[in-house]
Amino acid sequence: MTTIQKKATIGQTSPIAHLSAEDIELIAKELDAIRASVIDTRGERDARYIRRVIKTQRSLELGSRIVLLASLFPPAWFVGTVGLSVSKILENMEIGHNVLHGQWDWMRDPKIHSTTWHWDTATPAEQWKHSHNELHHTYTNVIGKDNDLGYGIMRVDEDQPWHPMHLGQPLWNLLNALFFEYGIAAYDLELRGQLRRGKQHTEKFKRDAKAVLNNIRKQVTKDYVVHPLLSGPSFLTTILANFTANTVRNVWSHSVIMCGHFPEGVETFETRSIEGETKPQWYLRQMLGSANISGSKLMHIMSGNLSHQIEHHLFPDLPSNRYGEIAPKVKALFERYDLAYCARPLPLQVYSAWHKVVRLSLPNGWLDTTNLRNLPSQLKRLYEMTSGGPKVRRALQARMLQEHRRALAAAA
Amino acid sequence: MLDGMSTTLAPRSRWRARALKIAEAATAPLAPGDFLDLFAPLRAGAELRGRVESVHPETADAATLVIRPGSDWRGHVPGQYLRVGVDVDGVRCWRAYSLTHGPRADGRISITVKSVPDGQVSPFLVRHTKPGTLLHLEQAAGEFVLPVAGPRKLLFITAGSGITPVIGMLRNLYPSTDSGVLRPARSAPYDVVVLHVAPSEPDSIFTGDLRKLATAGAIRLVARYDDQHGILDLEDLDALVPDLGERTTFACGPGGLLDAIATHHEERGLPLFTEQFRVSTVVAGEGGSVRFEKSGVDVECDGARPILEQAEEAGVLMPSGCRMGICYTCVLPLREGAVRDLRTGELTTAVPGETSDGGVAIQTCINAAAGPCQIDH
Repeated sequence: MTTIQKKATIGQTSPIAHLSAEDIELIAKELDAIRASVIDTRGERDARYIRRVIKTQRSLELGSRIVLLASLFPPAWFVGTVGLSVSKILENMEIGHNVLHGQWDWMRDPKIHSTTWHWDTATPAEQWKHSHNELHHTYTNVIGKDNDLGYGIMRVDEDQPWHPMHLGQPLWNLLNALFFEYGIAAYDLELRGQLRRGKQHTEKFKRDAKAVLNNIRKQVTKDYVVHPLLSGPSFLTTILANFTANTVRNVWSHSVIMCGHFPEGVETFETRSIEGETKPQWYLRQMLGSANISGSKLMHIMSGNLSHQIEHHLFPDLPSNRYGEIAPKVKALFERYDLAYCARPLPLQVYSAWHKVVRLSLPNGWLDTTNLRNLPSQLKRLYEMTSGGPKVRRALQARMLQEHRRALAAAA
Repeated sequence: MLDGMSTTLAPRSRWRARALKIAEAATAPLAPGDFLDLFAPLRAGAELRGRVESVHPETADAATLVIRPGSDWRGHVPGQYLRVGVDVDGVRCWRAYSLTHGPRADGRISITVKSVPDGQVSPFLVRHTKPGTLLHLEQAAGEFVLPVAGPRKLLFITAGSGITPVIGMLRNLYPSTDSGVLRPARSAPYDVVVLHVAPSEPDSIFTGDLRKLATAGAIRLVARYDDQHGILDLEDLDALVPDLGERTTFACGPGGLLDAIATHHEERGLPLFTEQFRVSTVVAGEGGSVRFEKSGVDVECDGARPILEQAEEAGVLMPSGCRMGICYTCVLPLREGAVRDLRTGELTTAVPGETSDGGVAIQTCINAAAGPCQIDH
């Protein structure tokens, strides 16, 4: 049997209870075959694709920066800011993220290679490759091991005990969205643990922190000093344009990334559930732990093809332009084995993820059992849980869950 | 370095250095050149590239590519070769080819490529290269060049495509024009015999050029075609070239022939220069000794387990991550040798001179040694 154990929360059963060990092996064989079909046909068409994307992005950046030299004129500000935002998103998502995954290493082009690439974000490529490629992609959705899951600052699962400080997590999530690249740099640095440790910083931390600050210094010099100065009288409006473009990219990439693992219907896993995990079981965890965004070709490119998060997590190193091509095969495999292929349009996925953030910021069952009629008593209960000690919280939590269970039974 | 020099720099270059710094700050993390490459890939200061201007078929399986090199091309001497990087089915491959012309007035260079059966690069260059294609280039190199002083009585022994560097020298000595072969004064001291060996006549490239040169009396041509004359026996060399003892030999061709000529000349004490392009091919086997160049460690690896695992067991400090081929933390440059992907069985080979100088990046966590390997680590 698989070591994946989904805890039985209210109203849910394990999504893999119906799979035998042989089934899981067979799924893995089919996935290996899908991977091989891409590797066997990887070639000139793919190389042309990534070169075209890079060329488009650079031309767009150059054009937008030139237009912004006259950003004092509102139409120029608008056009330049939109262009720069799109260019910055392309640079991070479809190019940077995927190049650093090694998706294009097979071209043996030293200029488009995971070992030489640098990108326009606060976190240096080396640190990001460790925390993202190694930790997040290996321990996907394993609570306590995968930092991308709530970034260590949020409650991401009913099984984590609720604490009053979790009430603030919608606000943390909003701030994280607005300043996303710095948030990523902070957890790539494991900043929280370091701050807790006080002054006993390791040599590695000092070195990494210096690299991050160096990156940020270069970004600030470019966006907030050099280009504004080159704009002359448009100095201030160019600063505003660049800040806007950076914020648009932060919010956009935060939204896309939140859609990848956080919407309702995506499974999380316990640390002990991955002990002795085999490759087929790892595949299965990736299948259940990721969610897709359905949409147009433009949507896929702008999300860096992370809209095909499921395919990306199964095969992180396949060229991104191929995820869309294999998606129907992967989806058919899900359907054949009666697994939930989580895919919704962007607004629904974003809503779903935010809904989960809000739901988990409250005690288990609170949101589900609250309606307009009982709102005053529910608020009173929440106040008691917030102001009371652990004992009060446990007692009220138990009562609330019992009520929830009864309500569900009555409805059924 | 620039800072230390700035006090002695002329004001103009100081301004230039300052402008460059601003341009770098404005384009980070890219370089200004990454944007200039969008418009002017052949400009001075860019990575050396060349644009294919025309492709001329020479025989059924060989073609000459006329290339406009980038502004930083430093020129060449007849007989030199250059390394060309070409994207074959999306993958950057490097090969060495002789330059077939001497320096031309229009600044163009040309290489002649013979399609090697089952080859990866040469069939692509001969059949699928279109005018306008950008190639990556390195500066011309090679010691196999015409002597400009000393003995000028020369014997060229060329086999197959080994004729290409020699054609470069001969075209420089005796330029071919519409009105016939020129014999400029600078070429007067030269007395050239060409012994050209090929499997059959129509198949040998540049034979037309050779015949034209021979007809004009510029060279003496001895053509030996295997199907007409039988395989060349070096014992016949004295008969084919009676004044062999007075000549300096330049031989260019496959390794076997060069070895035989070297033995032959050594026994007789004759001067010899040789040129061989094709480095011996890598033979893929099961497992092999893996040398980690910087660590100075040799690890005997079997062909069934990843290099990463076995190197770690031998005490080499290896970068590693997911250990299942997804995170690319373990990537190291393979300078020489062959490895096999344990997931797919796919072979990756690195041949100095053919693959890029930095080596071929391989994931050590899913590749096993398929023969002796050198890894830059």
